[in-house]
Amino acid sequence: MSEPVRESMEFDVVIVGGGPAGLAAAIRLRQLSPEINVCLIEKGSEIGAHIVSGAVIEPRSLTELLPDWRERGAPLNTPVTAEDMLYLTRNSSLRVPMLDRFMPHMANHGNYVVSLGEVCRWLAAQAEELGVEIYPGFAGADVLIEDNRVVGVVTGDMGVGRDGEPGPNYQPGMELRARYTLFGEGCRGSLTKKVMAHYDLRSGVDPQTYGLGIKEVWEIPAEKHRPGLVQHSFGWPMDNNTYGGAWLYHFGENLVSYGFVIGLDYANPWLSPFDEMQRVKLHPAFRKHLEGGRRIAYGARALSEGGLQSLPRLTFPGGALIGDSAGFLNVPKIKGTHTAMKSGMLAAEAVAEALKAERPEPAAFTDKVRRSWLWQELRGARNIRPAFARFGARGGAVYAALDAMLLRGRAPWTLHFQHKDNETLKPASVCAKPDYPKPDGTLTFDRLSSVFLSATNHEEDQPVHLHLRNPSLWKTVNWDVFHAPEARYCPAGVYEVADEETAPRLQINAQNCVHCKTCDIKDPTQNIDWTTPEGGGGPNYPAGM
Amino acid sequence: MTALVLLDHEGGQIRKAALSAVAAATKLGDVHVLVTGDAAVVLAAVSIAGVSKVLHAADARYAHDLAEPLAALVASLAGGYDHIVAAAGAFGKNVLPRTAALLDVQPIPDVISIESADTFVRPIYAGNALATVRSSDAKKLLTIRSAAFDPAPAKGGSATVETLPGVDSPEVSRFEGVQLSTSDRPELESARVVVSGGRGMQSEEKFHTLDPLADVLGAALGASRAAVDSGFVPNECQVGQTGKIVAPDLYMAFGISGAIQHLAGMKDSRVIVAVNKDPDAPIFQVADYGVVGDLFEIVPQLVNALKK
Amino acid sequence: MKILVPVKRVVDYNIKPRVKADGSGVETAGVKMSMNPFDEIAVEEAVRLREKGAASEVVVVSVGVQQAQDTLRTALAMGADRAILVLSDESPEPLAVAKVLKKLVDKEEPSLVILGKQAIDDDMNATGQMLAGFLGWGQGTFASKVELAEGRARVSREVDGGTEEVSLSLPAIITADLRLNEPRYASLPNIMKAKKKPLETLQAADLGVDMTPRLTVVSVAEPTERKAGIKLDSVAELVEKLRNEAKVI
Repeated sequence: MSEPVRESMEFDVVIVGGGPAGLAAAIRLRQLSPEINVCLIEKGSEIGAHIVSGAVIEPRSLTELLPDWRERGAPLNTPVTAEDMLYLTRNSSLRVPMLDRFMPHMANHGNYVVSLGEVCRWLAAQAEELGVEIYPGFAGADVLIEDNRVVGVVTGDMGVGRDGEPGPNYQPGMELRARYTLFGEGCRGSLTKKVMAHYDLRSGVDPQTYGLGIKEVWEIPAEKHRPGLVQHSFGWPMDNNTYGGAWLYHFGENLVSYGFVIGLDYANPWLSPFDEMQRVKLHPAFRKHLEGGRRIAYGARALSEGGLQSLPRLTFPGGALIGDSAGFLNVPKIKGTHTAMKSGMLAAEAVAEALKAERPEPAAFTDKVRRSWLWQELRGARNIRPAFARFGARGGAVYAALDAMLLRGRAPWTLHFQHKDNETLKPASVCAKPDYPKPDGTLTFDRLSSVFLSATNHEEDQPVHLHLRNPSLWKTVNWDVFHAPEARYCPAGVYEVADEETAPRLQINAQNCVHCKTCDIKDPTQNIDWTTPEGGGGPNYPAGM
Repeated sequence: MTALVLLDHEGGQIRKAALSAVAAATKLGDVHVLVTGDAAVVLAAVSIAGVSKVLHAADARYAHDLAEPLAALVASLAGGYDHIVAAAGAFGKNVLPRTAALLDVQPIPDVISIESADTFVRPIYAGNALATVRSSDAKKLLTIRSAAFDPAPAKGGSATVETLPGVDSPEVSRFEGVQLSTSDRPELESARVVVSGGRGMQSEEKFHTLDPLADVLGAALGASRAAVDSGFVPNECQVGQTGKIVAPDLYMAFGISGAIQHLAGMKDSRVIVAVNKDPDAPIFQVADYGVVGDLFEIVPQLVNALKK
Repeated sequence: MKILVPVKRVVDYNIKPRVKADGSGVETAGVKMSMNPFDEIAVEEAVRLREKGAASEVVVVSVGVQQAQDTLRTALAMGADRAILVLSDESPEPLAVAKVLKKLVDKEEPSLVILGKQAIDDDMNATGQMLAGFLGWGQGTFASKVELAEGRARVSREVDGGTEEVSLSLPAIITADLRLNEPRYASLPNIMKAKKKPLETLQAADLGVDMTPRLTVVSVAEPTERKAGIKLDSVAELVEKLRNEAKVI
């Protein structure tokens, strides 16, 4: 297909991604100057459609951004009222005592259990009221770089057939040109990836390490519901070398958010994050909350776990990376919303100044981050995740407790990440296969019935949005050495091995994709390239996610 | 109480769905039927079990079942009836709501269960939920889902016949012709039998294994999304949440595992047959009859057995 | 010539509807809502007729809650010229909607009203026919093709087992079936322009229409799940069962 003629539009600022970072940046920009015209695009069919998070959020950034959020009806309705941190063994659990002393980062007093999707929808309404132009259903497909400066993005073409040829409804993507472009695509953004490569933004920092979070929302009987109860677990079913744990939050009207996060630096190619997530529900400490309820939603998303050591250079000529696109998540706290929002707000301030001074790069963003509580917070947390990578789950927990009690995050050393997550798998032949129970259809389910609940859809007649850079590598590496780990780590059943007995080949069911980005991260040779499908495609997460 | 059933017919034959509508109406009281068209249909109608009177709209303006004159006629007859009923097909759905407007009634389409004279169950959201509704209208206008009611026996009745004069209505529409589908295979969504294949069909060529079976059954050919994604068949064959929703009398699934999104498209079929080599395939959880085995052996055997 | 296109805001077709735990209905709070897919086809057809020069103006109308204006904006972004929102309760019945539309038709005097054949929430398939009944106009329901010529509309209708052709004198009602056309994507510039197109808001009560529903929803339930049947050992057994037990062949 030849390059189509594209229409173009001009803005002061274009923001890619309607998550907490992008929306906070948009709001802050208009607060600072109602003159600045701001356009925000979101690949989901609506704001919130692709948002997955626990979520217990700290309202700190929200209060800084919109001090009257309560009066404005922000959907922060369930304050945390009780919390437990459990160490699980196969059949029992141990409650960590004096949580606020041993694991102060896990203490949630003053925080709220929310549906982050709902919070984002509300933030979008605030932003629109301030004059931000928000366009869901449009994916950022490419970055416009001219004279080594980012000058905007190109939205994806619509109506291209599976064969790559324009169909009857073909609608070429548009150039959205901007003086500054902010990338708030969340973890492992597809445009962020391009920008990082072009400007070599990761030079001199630790490799990013990631986690995969898989979530379900349950509706449980009213008599069992304890709004504001927050429960976390570590230990079983992860072995000592695998970072992972489960959460369970009671919130809203008889709703429970249940989920599981696993570090993507795991080694066993047989491991299936989805099945781990399912089996934790069978543990008495979780089962008792969910029994008698019904599952109403499902979703998954990768998250950045590298923290401070893995933060790339944040700015480049013409823009900046914000939120989890940069990697501002605080892993020990397992919270990224307040840090994402803060980063968006600080980037907005830097961009507003750069606009005035007509500077090409909003470089002040980095200084602003360094001088803010955001930096202090990430600095205090910086050694905990790498300690788990280095010392295992139990050693990591002990380190975390010592760090909290004795050093208070001010250790004179910094632990580093040594490997990229795609390098950590061991050959399948030397690893043991976990014995996952079959789904029971009541508490535990299979992948496809789960994806069904995510209301995922992609227009069928479009090119496959998951590319193998080198198709022949699949057989020699993925199959022969690792026995197709993608068939297990993908929480949506996108990757399937067909004709296993005769001539194994990879079947990509791109339609199932929930846009979690795990394949882009974990494929052993980074052979899978996740690109944006037609705008509006992907999951349609309901309220509660 | 008396119900009037609008009896739709094609090529001189009363549709089976109309007989189901009669069966449903017998639950509501005495049944009269309204017949348009020629005498052959009237002759067939008088012997339907449970029908006491046949009203024959013989006037030429009703010959093609145009909604505009027919609704005016039905509305003029409505005084004598508590319920006016039709099958939930293109005919009933065209005529009945227009009649309802003339009578200031909210119609109740797609009834699958009659709870009482004023309370009915009907699917909403493409069958994802069942609503029980109670009507406060003096007259109830219903269309009936044929799959939910066994058809009334075509024989056994002995109804009287009354020929109706034409009723005036504005001449705003004109019948220009009808083209019945000439394809050898019925359309997926209206077929009585659907033969479907999945990933287990292995290839585009081998998918044709199903052709002789579809031929012998007069069935439409369907496929799972996996088969479509693998390029065995074009997208318009897809049965499922993102494809076509079908509810035939007989649905036969070959080499289909039974992903929930496929089940969403065929679970309302009356009888489901599954053939799969994996005894744990989820399709067996919804199948009335299952055979575990190699479909490439089973399909030819089936064709032979059915030809006998 | 003016075309009126009524559109409805419904739960998006990608969302699996969930029956509320108390059985009072289907959950719509916090669920993605979109334009009824059949109505998109109706809008597309009207816009194409205008683009071909067969019509001069496309007016879209929705009867429902305030948020239905998003649905109207979508229709405007697809190319409709202006919109009317008639405010009422969440899901008015087709009877009441048809009465509201009759009032608007009296006022706007369109030559053609194109609607989706049914809404994918209540699956009623009635509003177009009822509006035609109230107006005494001809109706071309379940249309797969529409041609306008010499003051008439020739409509191909999808009927059981084939296609029927009818010719209607104008003004007339047409209800759109799936195969009528494939709706376009609204482009970004058109979405932006749509924000500035006129949208008039009316109250159903001000039109003098009694919106009281005639149907009371007693309960809403999930359909019972199918149960696993039996496994058979041979093809002969299967054929025997299908012939004599299930009686489907």
